[in-house]
Amino acid sequence: MIFYLTLIFGCQLAGELLKVGLGLPVPGPVIGMVLLFAGLVIKQGIPDDLAKVGDAFLTNLSLLFVPAGVGVMLHITLIGQQALAITVALIGSTLATIAVTALVMRAMTRNNGNTGMEPTDG
Amino acid sequence: MGEGLRDVWVYLSASPLLALTLTLAAYQMGNWIYLKGGRNPLLNPVLIAVVVLVSILLATGTDYATYFEGAQFVHFLLGAATVSLALPLYRQIERVRKSALAITVSLLIGSLTAVASAVALAWGLGASKEILVSLAPKSVTAPVAMGIAEQLGGLPSLTAVLVILTGITGAALGPVLLNIIGVKDMAARGLAIGTASHGIGTARAFQVSDVAGAFAGLAMGLNALATAILLPLLWNWLF
Repeated sequence: MIFYLTLIFGCQLAGELLKVGLGLPVPGPVIGMVLLFAGLVIKQGIPDDLAKVGDAFLTNLSLLFVPAGVGVMLHITLIGQQALAITVALIGSTLATIAVTALVMRAMTRNNGNTGMEPTDG
Repeated sequence: MGEGLRDVWVYLSASPLLALTLTLAAYQMGNWIYLKGGRNPLLNPVLIAVVVLVSILLATGTDYATYFEGAQFVHFLLGAATVSLALPLYRQIERVRKSALAITVSLLIGSLTAVASAVALAWGLGASKEILVSLAPKSVTAPVAMGIAEQLGGLPSLTAVLVILTGITGAALGPVLLNIIGVKDMAARGLAIGTASHGIGTARAFQVSDVAGAFAGLAMGLNALATAILLPLLWNWLF
């Protein structure tokens, strides 16, 4: 278990080093995720103990951004001043993204006809 | 508060233990309300926890820096959790292989729509640059979105809250919108909800069907990657 915990932190550290060393514009942990993903592709599978450690982080993922979310109290005035722009952008953009992605995906899979997914209710 | 009680409060608030315990307790409470409410996306546990904690801090006159001294132990694990997102992504690898072109094209167009429409709408309504950059990665899963916002000079804490609100919006309105535009294919529905509203949308998609849920989870992972690479490049080119 400790080995895989070390591996995960090692990927994150390597990601941070690559980011600084190569001046990449991508967050360090995302580079770490790509490194771990590449490792899994090479290994062609997820070791059981790695799944235990990784899934422990992922099961509680939403807890982990509570402390940052509380920081919103520092910006309450700023948000209040621009509340209309934020609300319209958030709702409008979310709906636009869902519609565009779904329509493109449907158009592409209809042409290919190879997803094998039957239409269902819901 | 009596003198004795005040002394206890002063003592406790100086130690990281109180903030850490409060964070866990508030999240537990949020999660309990969410489960009692039949997993209604509007009762998001993170949003409830944030509202409860902000209310407590404001009521007791505690500043955020003091709170964060304790809460940082939870916050620190975000990086490791982001690295772990490689696992669900790898588990979906078979699905990517089957319809790689359709998924790649839909995802890239969806990812660009998410960023461009949010920035364009907010800019048109006069939002400041700080708000624009905090809003741009709103469709990406929180740990990655916060990393992107921080990198580009936004406010990561604002991004965290916007990400959650985006997730709630997509989970609550997404299925209705998809019915209106008549997309019935579960792969397309899942991909769309996962691209627009990350983990919260994915949880909602799994309630509808396993296929939709799997595609939503895949879209969440791929969109995090696509936005993390494309948004900083696009942003530095534009500004």
